[in-house]
Amino acid sequence: MDEFLRILTQSLAELIAPTTAAYAIAAIGLNLHFGYTGLLNMGQAGFMLLGAYGFGIATIAGAPFFLAVLVALVAGLLFALVLGIPTLQLRGDYLAIVTISAAEIIRWIGRSTWLQEWTGGASGLQGRNYKGTFQDLSPLPDGRTAIGPLEYINTGSDSWWTRLFAWGVVALALLFVFLITRSPWGRVLKGIREDEDAVRALGKNVYSYKLQSLALGGMLGALGGVLYVLPITIAPDAMGRTMTFFVWTVLLLGGAATVFGPVLGAMIFFGAYMFMRTGMRALSENTGVGEIISTTNVEQIGGMLVGITLMLLVIFRPQGILGNKKELAFNVR
Amino acid sequence: MTTDRPNRGIALRRTVAALAIALAPAVLASPPAQATPGADTTAAHTHSAVTSTSTSTALSTATGTAGRVATDVATDCKPDDSTACVAVVVMNDAGDRIADAEVTITGPGGFEETVTTTADAPVSVAVTEVGRYTLTLDPASLPADEQLPPGAPTELQVPAQTGGTGRAAFRVGGEAAATESPTGEATTTAPGDDATDSGAGTTTEGDAVGTAPEGDASERAFSWGQVWQQFGSGIRFGLLLALASIGLNLVFGTTGMSNFAHGEQFALGAALGFIAINQMGMSIWVGGLLTIAVCALTGVAQDAAIWRPLRRRGTPVMQLMIVSIGLSITLQYVIQLLIGGGSERILSANPRPLTLLGITLSTTSWISMAVALVCLIGFALFLTRTRLGRATRAVSDNPALASATGIDPDKVVRVVWILATAFAALAGLMWGISFGSFNWQLGVQLLLLMFAAVTLGGLGTAFGALVGSILIGLVVELSNLVIQSDLRYASALVILILVLLIRPQGILGRRERIG
Repeated sequence: MDEFLRILTQSLAELIAPTTAAYAIAAIGLNLHFGYTGLLNMGQAGFMLLGAYGFGIATIAGAPFFLAVLVALVAGLLFALVLGIPTLQLRGDYLAIVTISAAEIIRWIGRSTWLQEWTGGASGLQGRNYKGTFQDLSPLPDGRTAIGPLEYINTGSDSWWTRLFAWGVVALALLFVFLITRSPWGRVLKGIREDEDAVRALGKNVYSYKLQSLALGGMLGALGGVLYVLPITIAPDAMGRTMTFFVWTVLLLGGAATVFGPVLGAMIFFGAYMFMRTGMRALSENTGVGEIISTTNVEQIGGMLVGITLMLLVIFRPQGILGNKKELAFNVR
Repeated sequence: MTTDRPNRGIALRRTVAALAIALAPAVLASPPAQATPGADTTAAHTHSAVTSTSTSTALSTATGTAGRVATDVATDCKPDDSTACVAVVVMNDAGDRIADAEVTITGPGGFEETVTTTADAPVSVAVTEVGRYTLTLDPASLPADEQLPPGAPTELQVPAQTGGTGRAAFRVGGEAAATESPTGEATTTAPGDDATDSGAGTTTEGDAVGTAPEGDASERAFSWGQVWQQFGSGIRFGLLLALASIGLNLVFGTTGMSNFAHGEQFALGAALGFIAINQMGMSIWVGGLLTIAVCALTGVAQDAAIWRPLRRRGTPVMQLMIVSIGLSITLQYVIQLLIGGGSERILSANPRPLTLLGITLSTTSWISMAVALVCLIGFALFLTRTRLGRATRAVSDNPALASATGIDPDKVVRVVWILATAFAALAGLMWGISFGSFNWQLGVQLLLLMFAAVTLGGLGTAFGALVGSILIGLVVELSNLVIQSDLRYASALVILILVLLIRPQGILGRRERIG
């Protein structure tokens, strides 16, 4: 029973974890791409990694916190422009192929010895080198606080301040997306998703709107990357394709083209993922199941279940939990 | 055709973007390589030979200096055709080696030795039998200020192969190591083996595809012989890539879907080949044919269980693509369950070199190239000369028109799935054999190169995949003359982006496909 409570607490903690918030932000950005505009961005992890590097390197170079965040956003913007300009006039899957490749290029450059002086190579940048400016901003007093079963220090890596800040940013991003998707600009985006030619017939420059959407979503992705690395380290190999696919699962689970879908999706995904893994690990350690499934296999089975979930979701409930089937971006060419 | 009409503004933007991207390789080329710290672990990267052939000279730099060791074990191990070595090093947070730590090495055949580490070189022991060796670090022998971080493993496993050194590195000291970096790593190198850092964590996405060329351009004198040699490696890479990517292109041509799971089909060929040939001890031909048959069955099963029902429902292509991503994640972890997180070799024997036309590759590489060439020619004949091949091309061209002339598209697509998965499995199997070792990430990394190849050749065109693959193979293998070898794959992907800027339909593609 104690064991069960511990697993439950861990899963509960995952609901408000800073990484969950980071994935939520990245999924909000992807929602702007895929849900509202119908763009298939398969390289959201590339935006996140670039944002993380931008923030980390700028901070280590001595920039104050908000300037470093700005650097991260600009990095995301430039990346979106470089990717979008050649591909947005082509069919959708070209963008998918180019973004997944470009995200890998970023990761390879990050882990290569070529820029090791700045990126730290394959081992990445240590958290203590860039967290200082963020933790100095904390208004919380020293010490620890417990709310219910969850107890963290007030200020530090894995702290209440990180959580407050991360979810504050999520709230702001939600407000931003809510407002712009109700604006005339947002209606043009949905028009592009539904029928590009009709929008073009109205005299709108589809290409330019797509580029703006890619840039905005990419900047949100970069911001997600900053949030992701605030409690941990910048490690290029932790931010690869798997991360992109998790962001997609989060978005499709919650529901594309909805405002709260990405946040709900992130919470459910990470809560369930943690519950499943800790649960399986506890089973395999304490019961006879361990004969068949060793603890090292738990991660692999967890990953398999994520893949199967994504497949079943797309086949049987493509609109996700909150979505509306009529507003589905899958019909883009 | 719904693209915006080209005008000056678009032309200008394209030119600017083209310049920006064209400058990227120039920037990559300019700074010279810097020396890599922690030379013993990176030796695997910089010294493993390019061609699966050279002898143990590369390794002796890392292991041959381990002379001054206070044990009676044969510590000065030099791998050759009948000897395998296991090397161990204990490092602290700063990458310095720690002396006087005791490590017990146990392995097959009751092998057990205890060695004491030194501060100036990894300690290696000669082992008699090929297989997995377990290294156990005695935490009590560590200095008081350099203890193992909590949760770090005290046991590592390395494979030992004749002619190679299995390396293990324990990392100790520092709190950061406990949470922020892989706390233990086991690497194995062998002549011609690719450089592999498999972190202890199975979720890291390190790179372990193909061979690592001998260092970077700046460390090596330029010679035309070297260029010719790398040209040969490039052709080998290109032929195997072509064999893998024609399947991707066929599926795209007939169903319109970019199949993201195709890379996993490739890796599945290597993984099942490893199980059949290495673990179950079948001969190459029996094991290989069995592997290909099983993989072709997965193709039939996939088409029947997933893709045909979805096509019947009229599911949009983009939705199919995301389903294939889900399938790719699933298969990736299935492969990890099958072969584990480390890197494996299909053949444990040392490859025999063979020089033809001044190019030295392993004998198995030459055989693989010949098999690939025969398969590609056979496939070309199938497409142009047989009824079913012509029907396949007709379905790729226009499915509705094809079915109006009495062709059954479902049957054609089923054949395409069988061919695609079988060719991918064959290519993966031969890749694993001729490139030394592979790991579970092989698939996704090759998938990106396959995408680059088919886009370069022309998405959906049958012969475009061949042309594109050879070009990508050459680019990957020759690029390290100009840029760092760990950015080789990036160069291929930069080319992909450039192609989309200049000629999005690819070399052999037609304009209307890209719409």
